[in-house]
Amino acid sequence: MYEKVVNKIVLEDTVYETQLTKKFLNRKKYRPKDKSLVLSYIPGTIRQIFVKQEQRIKRGDSLLILEAMKMKNEIKAEYSGVVKMIAVKENQMVPKNEILIELSLD
Amino acid sequence: MSLKQRILEFFKLKSKVTEGGGEQAIQKQMAMGKMTARQRINELLDTGSFHEYDLFVEHKAEDFGMDKKFLAGDGVITGTGSIMGFPVCIYAQDFTVAGGSLGIAHARKITKIMDHALRLGLPLIGINDSGGARIQEGVNSLAGYGEIFFRNTRASGVIPQISVVLGPCAGGAVYSPALTDFVFVVDKISKMFITGPEVIKTVLGEEISMEDLGGAKVQAEVTGNAHFYADNEKDCFEQIKKLVTFIPWNNQKRADKFPVKNPISNIHIDQIMPKDATQPYDIRDVIKAICDDSDFLEVQEYWAQNIVIGFVRMHGETVGVIGNQPLVLAGVLDVDSSDKAARFIRFCDAFNIPLLTLVDLPGYLPGVDQEHAGVIRHGAKILYAYSEASVLKMTVILRKAYGGGYIAMCSRHLGADFVFAWPTAEIAVMGPEGAANIIFKSEIANAKNPDAVRMEKVQEYTQKFANPYKAAANGYIDAVINPGETRDYIIHSMYLSQNKVDKLPKKKHGIPPF
Repeated sequence: MYEKVVNKIVLEDTVYETQLTKKFLNRKKYRPKDKSLVLSYIPGTIRQIFVKQEQRIKRGDSLLILEAMKMKNEIKAEYSGVVKMIAVKENQMVPKNEILIELSLD
Repeated sequence: MSLKQRILEFFKLKSKVTEGGGEQAIQKQMAMGKMTARQRINELLDTGSFHEYDLFVEHKAEDFGMDKKFLAGDGVITGTGSIMGFPVCIYAQDFTVAGGSLGIAHARKITKIMDHALRLGLPLIGINDSGGARIQEGVNSLAGYGEIFFRNTRASGVIPQISVVLGPCAGGAVYSPALTDFVFVVDKISKMFITGPEVIKTVLGEEISMEDLGGAKVQAEVTGNAHFYADNEKDCFEQIKKLVTFIPWNNQKRADKFPVKNPISNIHIDQIMPKDATQPYDIRDVIKAICDDSDFLEVQEYWAQNIVIGFVRMHGETVGVIGNQPLVLAGVLDVDSSDKAARFIRFCDAFNIPLLTLVDLPGYLPGVDQEHAGVIRHGAKILYAYSEASVLKMTVILRKAYGGGYIAMCSRHLGADFVFAWPTAEIAVMGPEGAANIIFKSEIANAKNPDAVRMEKVQEYTQKFANPYKAAANGYIDAVINPGETRDYIIHSMYLSQNKVDKLPKKKHGIPPF
């Protein structure tokens, strides 16, 4: 009922012959946070967008409302900059970790 | 009315209730490939052993037209019986009656049989097949769930609790199986989730089928919520019967002793270990080579396969085995395998089942994903479970026992009563390659031929440290043994330990890193 993969794993400079699990093979590679991207931290629906393209924003400014689990969550800017791109429309459903807004940081 | 008339009337009343939801609903149930609740009980229990309680319980709900509805047994069958001669308390939700929905009378039948099981010190088996809360009964149905969870928790570690999920088990209802010791699922029949596909779609816009979200395979392979997976209900009942023979009735007893049988495995224990320490083998071959009848009941076979857990008998007595599996991920400890082993250790400790740990692991799995998933917190569970366990703890180090992995796998330092090592054991702070690269870093870097020097140093380290004798010299292991002597040493240890006393300091309870 599950795939067996004969493979190798390196631990402390030693190469071991072993099978790898699906979970191990599907693990996501770590990427440092891209500060210029505003991501959805929860899946939900975009209810309102407060900013426009090219608009200058300061840290703490309201960017949009993301409604999830019957709660209207206000998404605020974590960094100051200029709105480079708005990737979503009002009433659009978004999954988790979707790019909502891209900024050109100061 | 004469006695005869009264008896006839009783039979009439009884047959009305035992029909459950009626012919049409039963046909529908069978069309889904499912047995009825009553068939399931009869299939699982010894023939003729079922004694039913609360057949005539009725709901008292009045809202939304409920006052005009008759629900046979309020959608659940409860009672007592035996499995392979072992007494058990049992309930089975009846999907043919209002979708097995849970109202307060339904819940109170369940809590009554649970109280009964706890008072009498008998295992509890719950067969779940329910659409969920009976909405018409409002907060009363929530009360019912809460009262079941409360009892599941209070009975935990006192009587064995087995959940059999044979249909939907959704929303809050899944927390009853989650609180119990063993969860059984059947392909295409079991479905467990907190929020179903419909809710996920409307709220979050994600589309997924019931099967992919919380089907039997997912629960057995991905989430680890299920302990036993079967292709059909009949096989599932056979698995339950087998499990029941391995565990005691309650925490005051020991599991029943069975006639002694020698291993029948045709795999010779001396021939399992590959020549090269970096090559894998199946730890289950070792288990089968040493246990009675080579009969190993594996628990959570498909989840976190880098550790293997399950029950065997040694000289007729139940033993819980925990073994690193070199065949999968080189047998490392990680978040899931630590969770898996820790819970099993605590079950065995609670129910007086001796622990046998077979060690062969290179350590904990490195990686950002593991660290961020909390491998510190999860990995600590296995240390906690072993240290806390006061049952007989036997450890056999087969091959690698490196670093934190050596400590975690029931080392002497965590209170193992007996620690044995095969001559192939490598008990060291890390593997030869890694160690040589650190200890002889500058020598290797400054050498004319670094690769040759590295190889030389790796060999030097292997000679010196990749063996059981440094640990033996410190008394950390009791004996270096021939693989062929393993069964004998384990049985002798069990024979010596029948009166083992290990009292924990007085406390309300510990605070494990849940």
